[in-house]
Amino acid sequence: MRRKLYILIGILLVAGMVLAACGKATPTSAPAPKASESSQNNVPAKTSAPSAKEVTVTIGFTQSKTGKFNEESTRQSDGLDLWIKQVNDQGGIKLSDGTVVKFKAVSYDDESSGDKVQQLYTRLITKDKADFLISPYSSGLTSSAAIISEQYGKIMLATGAASDSIFKKGYQRVYQLYTPASHYLTGAVDLLQSLDPNVKKVAFIYENSKFSTAVVKAAKEYAEKKGYDVVMFEGYDKGTTDFGSFINKIQDSGAEAVMGGGHFQDGSTLARQIYEKKLPIKYLALLVAPPDPSFADLGDAALGVVGPSQWEATANYSPESAKAAGLTWFGPTSADFVKAYKAAYNEDPDYHSAGGYVAGLVLQKAIMDAGSVDPDKVKAALDKMDILTFFGHIKFNTADAHGLQIGHEMIYIQWQKKDGKLVKEVVWPKEGATAAPLYPLKH
Amino acid sequence: MMDALIRSLIDGLLLGFVYGIAAMGLTLIWGVMNVINLSHGSLIALGMFSVYYLFVGLGIHPYIALVLTAVLGLIFGIIIYFIAVHRVINAPELSTLLATYSVNMMILGIGTAIFTTTPRNIPLDLGSIQFGDTVITMTRLIAAIISVGVAVGLFLFLKYTRPGRYIRAVTDNRDAAEIVGVPSAQVLALTFGLGTLLAAVSGGLIATFFPFTILSGETYELKSFVIGVLGGLGNPVGSLFGGLILGLIEGLVPMAMPTTWTPVLEFVLFVLILLVAPNGLFGGEE
Repeated sequence: MRRKLYILIGILLVAGMVLAACGKATPTSAPAPKASESSQNNVPAKTSAPSAKEVTVTIGFTQSKTGKFNEESTRQSDGLDLWIKQVNDQGGIKLSDGTVVKFKAVSYDDESSGDKVQQLYTRLITKDKADFLISPYSSGLTSSAAIISEQYGKIMLATGAASDSIFKKGYQRVYQLYTPASHYLTGAVDLLQSLDPNVKKVAFIYENSKFSTAVVKAAKEYAEKKGYDVVMFEGYDKGTTDFGSFINKIQDSGAEAVMGGGHFQDGSTLARQIYEKKLPIKYLALLVAPPDPSFADLGDAALGVVGPSQWEATANYSPESAKAAGLTWFGPTSADFVKAYKAAYNEDPDYHSAGGYVAGLVLQKAIMDAGSVDPDKVKAALDKMDILTFFGHIKFNTADAHGLQIGHEMIYIQWQKKDGKLVKEVVWPKEGATAAPLYPLKH
Repeated sequence: MMDALIRSLIDGLLLGFVYGIAAMGLTLIWGVMNVINLSHGSLIALGMFSVYYLFVGLGIHPYIALVLTAVLGLIFGIIIYFIAVHRVINAPELSTLLATYSVNMMILGIGTAIFTTTPRNIPLDLGSIQFGDTVITMTRLIAAIISVGVAVGLFLFLKYTRPGRYIRAVTDNRDAAEIVGVPSAQVLALTFGLGTLLAAVSGGLIATFFPFTILSGETYELKSFVIGVLGGLGNPVGSLFGGLILGLIEGLVPMAMPTTWTPVLEFVLFVLILLVAPNGLFGGEE
């Protein structure tokens, strides 16, 4: 009896492990909405007659008011709402023909679910007659929304979505504002090279997730192209808390620099254990975790750790740096944006907030350049866009991966000590830097 | 390479002791009561939170908080016994399995509502000691020492005290023990309390060096099962050795192959032991 029970438990445990290992399959896209009824609706109606002096453009998007993306998505929508409010309060956009364009937002709760996103974007387009769309938060949801927006020929500005793959499907009217995943750590390689040309051995350790794997694969290729010797390239499971064996392996490999990570929990644990184990490396760059303010809770273990961020309030992009780089400056400065955001929501904006705001800002610039709200003209203006904003450089790929962001660069932050307190400084790229990088890592 | 092996060996051994006392809690309850305690993992997680809040909230040093956590664990275990287990203790094993599973779900549900699933860290840095290239983190060394202390304490308790002798008597033959006047209900409650105490203490120790959430216990519960089977379910001393074996596997396997293979090997071993030596390497209760 007992023996059978042992075996039963054994089988159950193993089955559980296997199921857990299989993980959640990425939801495949839901069937397309009834195309028949929309086939003639592909060209959106002008919002109002051309003779009218004022038009109101409807911007449609979904927000994850519930579910796992709630926090990031709320910040993103807050940023976008702030832009709409500012533009309307200033009396709208005046086009060259004298038309005044104002904006109206329609949004729904997508519950952080891809299926819901497809229903809601269909509704936004067919029922609410949205003229332009903004993506939901996250690559997964944006990928679902893009199928719908493209089907109806709507322009969608994708923010909060870093995946490269969305833009390799031949879409013509989806535009990415974030730096794509494939460029998340390439700047960290450049930074390392600028700091110490003698470092040659790099170890990559990363979370086994779609995002992190895509990031490190691209970074590895880039590092090898730059002449680095990748001495270790290994993934760890989601939820790993003990990095002891990885750290021993890194030490054994003789790596002088370590890059990788995944999300907040694993990244901060890895940094802490590397510090505790006094791993003799000179440089540590991790994904996602370092830009988070709570990374500072690690204390001295956070010191010197570098991390990529889409945007930081302290980044020094300005009309002057635009001039130096030969780009057109557009929109508010970081300081103005932060001030307005704080006044509106009583909290500091993070890069999700900035991403939401800049989606509106880019649409505004495109409408102004087009001199019209006609989608084809706005599309042409987006294709030509090459500007510097408080968020950074914005320029889209118009060739093989249409809409992919190719202007915006990640900002690299580093935790440094000022007057005994940990502060986050921007150390790369040079034009946005607020402090000189701390090097090598001191443990 | 030799250095790397030694480093991994030390890491594995230190962790193995802590895993050992987690498994001891599971296996003690099994051995004495024939109850598979499926709330074991969540009790480990509660131990983590207990130490965390006593330290971060009340400023009590984690190792003193651990003593309080042990006492709380004992009391909580006894309460769980009388509420959830006592009534079904004589029912078939499936009933107690389900009863403890319900306790598990309740703890996880309430715990998720109160603590959320945001990871916590106990900000305890006691430095480290270094021999050549090998660095031993103090928190892990102390955790291993405490674990050995707890294991020895349990052994002495079972061997030399009256309640300990009662527990052994009930293990051998509950009916006979009752006939000679051993208060079996109290003894079973005490056993469940002790098992919970061990779970809570191991959780508290793990929390001093790994981040955790209310859901973290599950991993350690799975490890406890593997260790329990290695050392023989119902054999607390075997658990300590089972823990060391598991720790060694976790330390050494990654040196030879990708780390993600470690759990695969652990569970292959688990199934093999069940098939070949179901009483464990060190002999189980039967």
